[in-house]
Amino acid sequence: MGLLDKQFNDDNIVITKVDDLLNWARLSSLWQVGFGLACCAIEMMATSASHYDFDRFGVIPRPSPRQSDVIIISGTVTLKMATRIKRLYEQMPDPKYVISMGSCSNCGGPYWEHGYHVLKGVDRVIPVDVYVPGCPPRPEALLEGLLKLQEKIRNESLVKKS
Amino acid sequence: MKTTEEIFEILKTNFGESILELVTAAPVEKFIRINQLEVDKVCQFLRDSQELLFDSLMNLSGVDDANGKKTAADNGDQIISGGTLSVYYHLESTKYRHKLVLKVSAEREKPDVVSVANVWRHADWHEREAYDLFGINFLNHPDLRRILMPYDWDAGYPLRKDYKNPEFYQGMKVPY
Repeated sequence: MGLLDKQFNDDNIVITKVDDLLNWARLSSLWQVGFGLACCAIEMMATSASHYDFDRFGVIPRPSPRQSDVIIISGTVTLKMATRIKRLYEQMPDPKYVISMGSCSNCGGPYWEHGYHVLKGVDRVIPVDVYVPGCPPRPEALLEGLLKLQEKIRNESLVKKS
Repeated sequence: MKTTEEIFEILKTNFGESILELVTAAPVEKFIRINQLEVDKVCQFLRDSQELLFDSLMNLSGVDDANGKKTAADNGDQIISGGTLSVYYHLESTKYRHKLVLKVSAEREKPDVVSVANVWRHADWHEREAYDLFGINFLNHPDLRRILMPYDWDAGYPLRKDYKNPEFYQGMKVPY
């Protein structure tokens, strides 16, 4: 991690960069909005449950977007829901991240042609950091997506957002 | 336990001209066609008659028969004029264990069907759905609003055969 590069043996002092410290704090407790849309939400809940244990990465569902760092768009985004998602996203404090989970929220999925009610990709209303493919993705895939997001945050910098 | 033919005879003696015909050549279940403006009275009778007791409306669904005149617009879209929109009612009696299918049809240009929401309470939302997706206008309905599509949806009724998706909804691009 590079965080504990120089450690003095006696005085509980650690020397590191501010960037590294902030990034490490940020990526180690990504609180997600407790928000599910469709069948992907079932997989997301399974990921949160004891077997896959999202909590070991510091991910806990929060009941309010104002206390959250990441929103997982887990399922079909209907046109009716898209305006609500935009509002939820805008209520989250910076820095905020978006994981698009599953084919539906990536690009419309099976509804791409005849889904008169489906938004063809949540990136048409909010910016997405990580896309997780699958229909629905298995919990392992969502964990991989989270690790990718952590990777992204680890390389961020205070002066310039990567 | 009564068959569709027996129920048809009972209805015919009670309502006469409102009962249009008995269709037996249907691919799955036989059904009875009824005047679309009398269907509430017929359903009230079906529910309350002691020998029928249809206490459960299992399903109510709208259908676009697409049997009108099909023309192509300048941009190649299909436009249907004339013909009918239909509503099917699937009934069951939980006491006698018999089932019945009713059908009503209304003109596509003026699809008025009388509501059965005060006969079976759960017809309320089924009729709102048929209104939302097919534009069938249920007379005497207590609260006829869209139920699935957004309230400000003004691009028409999505399950009609000649429906065309709009390019944008509230600034969001709709087609792929």
